[in-house]
Amino acid sequence: MRNVLAIADKEVRAYFASPIGYILIGLFALLFGYFFYVYLMIFNQQSQQMMQFGQGGGANINQMMIRGLFQNAAVIILFTMPMITMRTYSEEKRSGTIELLLTSPVTDLEIILGKFFGALTLYAAMLLVTVLYIVMLFKISNPEWRPIAAGYLGLLLMGGCFLSTGLFISSLTKNQIVAGFLTFATFLMLWIVNWIGESSGPTMQAIVSYLSITEHLDDFVRGIIDTKHVVYYLSFITFGLFLTARSVDSERWRG
Amino acid sequence: MIEVQHITKRYGRVTAVDDVSFRVERGEILGFLGPNGAGKTTTMRILTGYMPASEGRATVAGFDVFDKPIEAKRRTGYLPETPPLYPDMTVREYLDFVGRIKGVPSRERAERVRTVMARTHVADMADRQCGRLSKGYRQRVGLAQALIHNPEVLILDEPTAGLDPKQIIETRDLIRSLAGDHTIVLSTHILPEVAQTCQRVVIINKGHVVAVDTPDNLTARLKGAATMYVQVDASGGDAGAVLAGVPGVTRVVSADHRPAGTDGSGVAPAHAPAYEVESEPDVDVRRELARAVVSRGWGLLEMRPVRMSLEDVFLQVTTEELPEEAPHA
Repeated sequence: MRNVLAIADKEVRAYFASPIGYILIGLFALLFGYFFYVYLMIFNQQSQQMMQFGQGGGANINQMMIRGLFQNAAVIILFTMPMITMRTYSEEKRSGTIELLLTSPVTDLEIILGKFFGALTLYAAMLLVTVLYIVMLFKISNPEWRPIAAGYLGLLLMGGCFLSTGLFISSLTKNQIVAGFLTFATFLMLWIVNWIGESSGPTMQAIVSYLSITEHLDDFVRGIIDTKHVVYYLSFITFGLFLTARSVDSERWRG
Repeated sequence: MIEVQHITKRYGRVTAVDDVSFRVERGEILGFLGPNGAGKTTTMRILTGYMPASEGRATVAGFDVFDKPIEAKRRTGYLPETPPLYPDMTVREYLDFVGRIKGVPSRERAERVRTVMARTHVADMADRQCGRLSKGYRQRVGLAQALIHNPEVLILDEPTAGLDPKQIIETRDLIRSLAGDHTIVLSTHILPEVAQTCQRVVIINKGHVVAVDTPDNLTARLKGAATMYVQVDASGGDAGAVLAGVPGVTRVVSADHRPAGTDGSGVAPAHAPAYEVESEPDVDVRRELARAVVSRGWGLLEMRPVRMSLEDVFLQVTTEELPEEAPHA
């Protein structure tokens, strides 16, 4: 555990020693802010219309605004995650520092977990900044906090899946650009697999939508923390980390 | 302290290290000599637990590097060929991080970092980012990193590569001063470095151990024989046969094939042939050679020892396989 912390700490400091950490947080906050504004405007319009038609109080800000906002956030996350993970292993392999880690008295698992939690910390910081917008929302309206908290939990778990996949892909190559691109392509596939599902039969659709990472987010955003989804995300993360461990180990044998 | 038994490492069909065995006693400095691609780095990587061997066993400080990797690694400091530095960290941060993953307790860490920085002469760059250091400093920070947890065993892959002559001397002094408390394996392809720092040498070529010996024996053996360049004005006599008859001389080779200078002065004229005379080691044949020539009334035009340059020695090490010797127990 001590070693995991040491490596996670090193990873986080590396993100902020270069501009990448600040750029990611800034970019994410900007895009999140844009969608926040757009959805707020739409919600505003709709609720005014509803009031005109005499359905006062019927407009649910959680349903109408936050849900859309979080679903869009998931897409932004999909685009930004490869930038977090692409350098994790690739860079160490290219610069030879992997030799330091692998000859230190730490296990492969500790290194992998350290890198994963390091990346997750940066991601959590990205999410944390967006909480400012939500605080603003509480100032001007009175949404329910529970679905929002559940939504954040969902985003965190979903991001964890992306990160563990990205970590695995990064462990396959010395080249960060290749790692970044492959990660991005994989995420894109995990996302659009939904569209394939929609155009195929009901059995296929059920399978495909179960596999799609973003599909599982929906219940969280609606305020439901279903163990089914939590288990899905946690097993996805574990699987990604497991693959990373296999990849690091096989690299070691192949030399 | 270190025991390597019949280690073999294959990369696919390529065998990088083939049945290598040697021992290093506590407090000893062992030099690992060989050309690039001989298997030095691979052997060191196996010893440090970076990669497993395809066959064979290696133990470091009593722990098998494969079965008890954590215990073995805890007792090993390793400087890879390229110092494993994180360019964004300052030297101090970097050494602190390495100390942390090597298991140096947090309350001792700042002190350890100071000590190793002083020993490796990098303290003046403590707050400089590793990525902005010169090659010499990188190499020494790499060495500092290997020392941070005060390991019993130090494995150094070309520790003086990229240093200037003054830094090389300082580093060799440092390595020598570390022997005794630490058991050191260092690799190099610089022969005098081995002669000056190591107590024992393993010569490895194409994955095989070709010799294990002390540097003195090794240099004597590498020189093989003392060679003299002799030019004689023999006025038609067979000087070669006369020189060969001198006691102690093992071989006489005509040196006329030596490349000529631009004015042709390097070519020995027909009446004054030149020879390379090899003699048994530790026998000085110069007086006898001179007497043999002069007593026949010939002119001794030139006589000088042919010194083996480092390059010659290195080439001999790597192209001629020396007879294998049993490792010293």
